[in-house]
Amino acid sequence: MSSSLASRRSTGQPDIATGIQPQPTRRPSRSRTRSNLSGWGFATPFLVFFLVFLVWPILYGLYMSLTGKSLTGANDSLIGFANYAEALADADMWRSLGNTLYFTVISTVPLVLVALVMAALLNVGLPAQWLWRLSYFAPYLLASTVVSLFFTWMYNPQLGLINDFLSKMGLPKVAWLNDPNVAMWAIVIATLWWTVGFNFLLYLAAMQNIPAQHYEAASLDGAGAWRQFFSITLPQLTPTTVMIVLLQILASLKIFDQVYQMTAGGPGGSTRPVVQYIFEAGFTGYRLGYSAAISYIFFGLIVLVSVMQFAVTRRRSA
Amino acid sequence: MATPTITRPTPRTSTSEGIRRPRKKMTAGKIAALVVAAFIAVLWLIPFAWATATAFKTETDAAAPKVSWMPPSGFTAEAFVKVFQDGNIPLWTWNSFYTSAAITAITLVISALVAYALSRIDFKGKKVLMTVIIASIIIPPPVLIIPLFYQMLALNLIDTSWAIILPQVIHPAMVFVLKKFFDQIPRELEEAAVMDGASRVRIFTQIILPLSRPILAAVAIFVFIGAWNNFLWPFIATNDGALLTLPVGLQTIKSAYGIQYAQNMASALLAALPLILVFLFFQRQIIKGVATTGLAGT
Repeated sequence: MSSSLASRRSTGQPDIATGIQPQPTRRPSRSRTRSNLSGWGFATPFLVFFLVFLVWPILYGLYMSLTGKSLTGANDSLIGFANYAEALADADMWRSLGNTLYFTVISTVPLVLVALVMAALLNVGLPAQWLWRLSYFAPYLLASTVVSLFFTWMYNPQLGLINDFLSKMGLPKVAWLNDPNVAMWAIVIATLWWTVGFNFLLYLAAMQNIPAQHYEAASLDGAGAWRQFFSITLPQLTPTTVMIVLLQILASLKIFDQVYQMTAGGPGGSTRPVVQYIFEAGFTGYRLGYSAAISYIFFGLIVLVSVMQFAVTRRRSA
Repeated sequence: MATPTITRPTPRTSTSEGIRRPRKKMTAGKIAALVVAAFIAVLWLIPFAWATATAFKTETDAAAPKVSWMPPSGFTAEAFVKVFQDGNIPLWTWNSFYTSAAITAITLVISALVAYALSRIDFKGKKVLMTVIIASIIIPPPVLIIPLFYQMLALNLIDTSWAIILPQVIHPAMVFVLKKFFDQIPRELEEAAVMDGASRVRIFTQIILPLSRPILAAVAIFVFIGAWNNFLWPFIATNDGALLTLPVGLQTIKSAYGIQYAQNMASALLAALPLILVFLFFQRQIIKGVATTGLAGT
C-alpha cells in the first residue's frame, strides 16, 4: 500500500480524488491557516532550543543508559537493561540515594518551619520591614560556593567560630564536617541559612494576601494573637504550605553543590548524594551509560514526587 | 470557628487599610516578636560578619589559634589587594555577568513569544505543545548533565561560553507564568489594533509587551539569579580558566589558596557583592518577582 502511494508520488501523476478532497476544508479557513502559521511561528524560537537542549538530551540519555558508552569511547553497543540491573545491585548507588532521601527529610522540615516562623514574626507588623527581609533573604542571593566557603570556615574544628563558641559555653567541640554522624546535619544547617529566605518570601506574600477582615472579625470575638494565628493564618496558608513543602522536597532531592564543595561526599561517603554519584560515575569513572542509567532512576523518583505535586495543585485549583 | 462572624457588619471598612491588624493592646506581643526577629536576624548575619572580620585580618591573625573578632595586629585590606592582584575575581565576575545576561535575554525573548502564541493564537497542535511544555517542567537538570555533556562534545562547544549559555535558556515554568499573565490582559485592547490591520508581531511588541513589564521583570530576575549562581552545569561545561563563572572559579581557589583564610573570605565576599548590591537597590522588585514566580519555578 505504501509503496503504491510512493510510486504515484514519484511519477508526479496527478491524483484528482485526493487532490480535490482537502479543498473544501481549506477554503473557508484561510485565516485558520494563517493562525496556524503565526502560532507555530511564535513558538519556533522556543521550540528549537527546547528540542535541541531538552528533548533531545532527555531521549538520548535514555538511549545512553541502554549502552555501554564511556568517555574513553570503548563500547557503544546496546546492552539492554544491564546498566539498570547493575545500578540496582550497586550498594554505593543505594547508599547515595539513601543520603539524598535522608537530607531531603531532615532539611525540608526546618526549611519550612523556620520560614513560617520568620514570616509570622514579620506579619505581626514589625517596624523596619526591609531590614528583616534583607537579613533573612540575602543569603539566598549567594552562590553555593560562597556559602560553602563561609561555612567550611565557621565549621573549622580548631579555628572555627562555632567550636570556639561551644568551648566558651563549656561544651565539647564538634568535628562538624569530619564526623560521619554530624556532617549531614552540618550541611542541613548551611542549607537552612542559605535558602530559607526563599520559602520565607513565599510565606510572607501568602500571609499578606489573607484579607484583613478575617482578623478584624476574630478580634471582635476576642481572639488573641496566638488564637488568630492558629485558627485563621495557618488554615488560610494550607495550600501555600502544601506547595512550599512539595517544592522544597523537589529542591532538596537535587542536593549536590554544598555537599560536593564542603565534604566532597565524605567522610567515607556519608554525605554523598545521588547527583554526585551520577557525576562521578560519568566524569571520574568515564562510564556515561551507567551514569545515565542512575540518572533515570533518580528521574523516576522526581517524577513520583512531581506527580504528587500535580495531583495536589489540580485539586486546589478545581 | 471565627468564620460566621465575618458576615457581621464591619463598621470601619474605610479605615481598615490603615489598621491591617487591629491589635493596639498587643504591644507586649509585638515586642516579643521584635526580640525573636532580631535574634534570628543576628544569627543570619553572623556568617557575613565573620567572613568580613576574617577578610580584613592578616593571614597570621586569621589563622591564630585564639579565635577573636578583634585581631591583635588590627584590620587591613591586604587580603583584598592580594586577591585583586593575582586572583581572577574580576574576570570571573565578568564571565558570570555576560553569560547570565545572555541567558536571561534569550530566555525572555523565546519564552514571551511562545507564551503569546499559547495565550492568544488558535493554532493546530496548541494543546499538545502546551502539554509537552508543562510536562517538561518536571525534568530535573541533573538528569541532563550526562547527555548534554556528550552533546556539547559532539557540537564542539565544550570550553566555549555557548556551552554555558545555550542549555540554560529553557524555562518551561516561566513560559507558563508568562502565559498566565498574558491571559489576563483584556482582548479588547488588541481588537482595535486588529481593526487597524496591525500584524501579530506589532500587537505583541506594541501592546502586549509594554503591558507585561512587571511580569517580564519578575521572570528576568528569577532567571538571572538562577543563572548567576548555577554551579553544576557551568562546572561541567568549562575547564578553560578564562571562561569560568564566579561560582565555579571560586571552587578552584579553595585548593589554590589552601589555608589562606583571609584571602578565601575576601574572595567569597567579592563574589557575593554584586547580587547583594543589586538587591539593595531593587529590593522591592526582587521580592515581588520571587513571590510571583517562586511557586511556579523550581
